[in-house]
Amino acid sequence: MRYAMVIDTKKCVGCSDCVVACQTENNVPEGFCRDWITEVVSGSYPNLELELRSERCNHCEEAPCVRCCPTGASHVVEGGIVLVNASECIGCGACIASCPYDARFQHPDGHVDKCTFCHHRLKKGQLPACVSVCPTKCMYFGDLDDPNSEVSQLLKDRKYKTLAPEAGTKPHVFYLI
Amino acid sequence: MQEELFTSGRNIPNIDPYLDVWHWPIALYLFLGGLAAGILFFAALFYILGKDEVYPGAVKKATVIPPIALSVGLLALIYDLTHPLYAWQLYTTFRIESPMSWGAWVLLIVTPIAFLWTFSYYREAFGGIESKLKLFNKLKFLNTFEAWVIKNRMNMAYALIPLSLILGVYTGILLSAFNARPLWNNAILGPLFLVSGLSTGAAAIIIMSKSMKEKHLFGKIDLGLIIVELALIAHMIMGYYAGSQVQLEAVELLVGGEFTLIFFGVVVLLGLLLPAFLEVGEIMGIKIPVIIPALLVIIGGLVFRFVMVEAGQLTRYLY
Repeated sequence: MRYAMVIDTKKCVGCSDCVVACQTENNVPEGFCRDWITEVVSGSYPNLELELRSERCNHCEEAPCVRCCPTGASHVVEGGIVLVNASECIGCGACIASCPYDARFQHPDGHVDKCTFCHHRLKKGQLPACVSVCPTKCMYFGDLDDPNSEVSQLLKDRKYKTLAPEAGTKPHVFYLI
Repeated sequence: MQEELFTSGRNIPNIDPYLDVWHWPIALYLFLGGLAAGILFFAALFYILGKDEVYPGAVKKATVIPPIALSVGLLALIYDLTHPLYAWQLYTTFRIESPMSWGAWVLLIVTPIAFLWTFSYYREAFGGIESKLKLFNKLKFLNTFEAWVIKNRMNMAYALIPLSLILGVYTGILLSAFNARPLWNNAILGPLFLVSGLSTGAAAIIIMSKSMKEKHLFGKIDLGLIIVELALIAHMIMGYYAGSQVQLEAVELLVGGEFTLIFFGVVVLLGLLLPAFLEVGEIMGIKIPVIIPALLVIIGGLVFRFVMVEAGQLTRYLY
C-alpha cells in the first residue's frame, strides 16, 4: 500500500477550506498550519496564468527528514506516511532544515509537527479532513499500489507534476496541471 | 514573471518568511566543537610522536580548553532544543544516516576523554592551582585514579586521533547533509570546517604556550592550515557557481549579497589573509606579537560559523 494525494489545480479555487478543516481536525495551535494555499501567477500582462495549490507534507518516498532525524522520532508507517513521535522528538530542528517544502514546524509544546495525512482518520476508513471538506472536490486520496484506485487512474489519464522533484525526495502529493 | 505567495495567510514562527530554526548556540557550538577537535588532535599527535616535553603547550596546557569548550558547546546545543527534556532520546538509538546522531555519540565519547586527558596533566601543568586547592590531599583516591589515567595516555591519544577528526568533520557535515538548504549543501563544508577547526586549535595553542619554539612551530602549522582553508573556500565558491540555479542564488548571499562584507571582510580578510600575512612576516623575522594572528584566526573561525549557519537558512528550493 502506498498512500498518495492528487490535487487538481484546474479545479482548486483557493478557498482555504482544507486549511481550516485541518486546523480544526488536528487541533493545530493558533498561528500554525499543516497545510496552506500557494498562489502562483506567471507570465506577463495580458498573458497571465494563475495556479492554485493546496500544499502540505509530501510524505516523500526518500524523506530527508526521516534520514536526518537523530532519534528516530520522524518515521515512516504503513502506506508510506511520514509521522513524528512527539515523545521521541528532542526539537533539534534538523528535519525542519532538511525539508525542501518547509512543511514542518515547531509545535508550541516543543516537538515538531506536520501533516499526518490524517492517519487517525484513515485507520477508521475516513478520508483526510482536507480532502473530505473540499467544496470543489479537487482533492483525491488513495492507494498508488492499486492500479484501479482513483488516484492511480487520475495519474494515468492526466498530466501532473510534483513539487521540487529536483530535490530527489520523490514526493507523494501530485498536482494535476 | 513568476510570483508565488501564500494566500491562506501562512506565517509560522521560525519558518516564515525564511527559516530561523538554528540560532546562535548552534553556530557557537560548531565553533567550539572545531576548536576542541583541533586542540585534541594536536595534543594526541604530539604525544604519540613523543614530543610532550618539547611542546608542553599543545600536549598539556592547551588541553584545558577542550573540556570547557565541549561542555559549553553541549549546553548551547541543549539550549537550542525546543524539547530539551527529551534530549536523552539521542542515546536510545544510533541512526547511521543522521549526522546529528553521529555527533551526539562522538561527543559522548570525546568529552570524557577530554576531561581525563586534562586531569592526567592537572598536577603537572597546573600545579599552582593544585597547591591552593589541595584536592589530592583531601581526596586520596585521586592518586590511584591519576596513576591509572596516566598509564592509559597512549591509548587515549590513539583514540583521540580518529575521534577528533570525526568531531571536526562532523561540524561541517551537520550542515552540508541538508539538500534543502543549497548554501550548506556542498561536500566541501566538512573538510573546510575540519581545517578551520584545526587552525583555530593551533591558534589557541599559540596563545596558551609559553615557549617561543612552540609558538613558532604552531605559527607555521597555522599558516599551512590557513592556506588550505583559503583553497577550500575558493573551491566552495567555485562549486556554487558550477551548481544549479538554487546554488547560484545561494552564493549571491556571500558574493554581492548581504553577507559579503562579513564573509570577505571579516572571515577571509581579517580571519585568514591578515593572519597569514602576519605569520609570514614573523617567519621572515619581523617582530610581531604572535598572539595577534592567533586571535584573528579564532575570531575569524567563530564569525565563519555564524555566517554559514545564518546565511544557509535563507537559502531554499522553492518560492
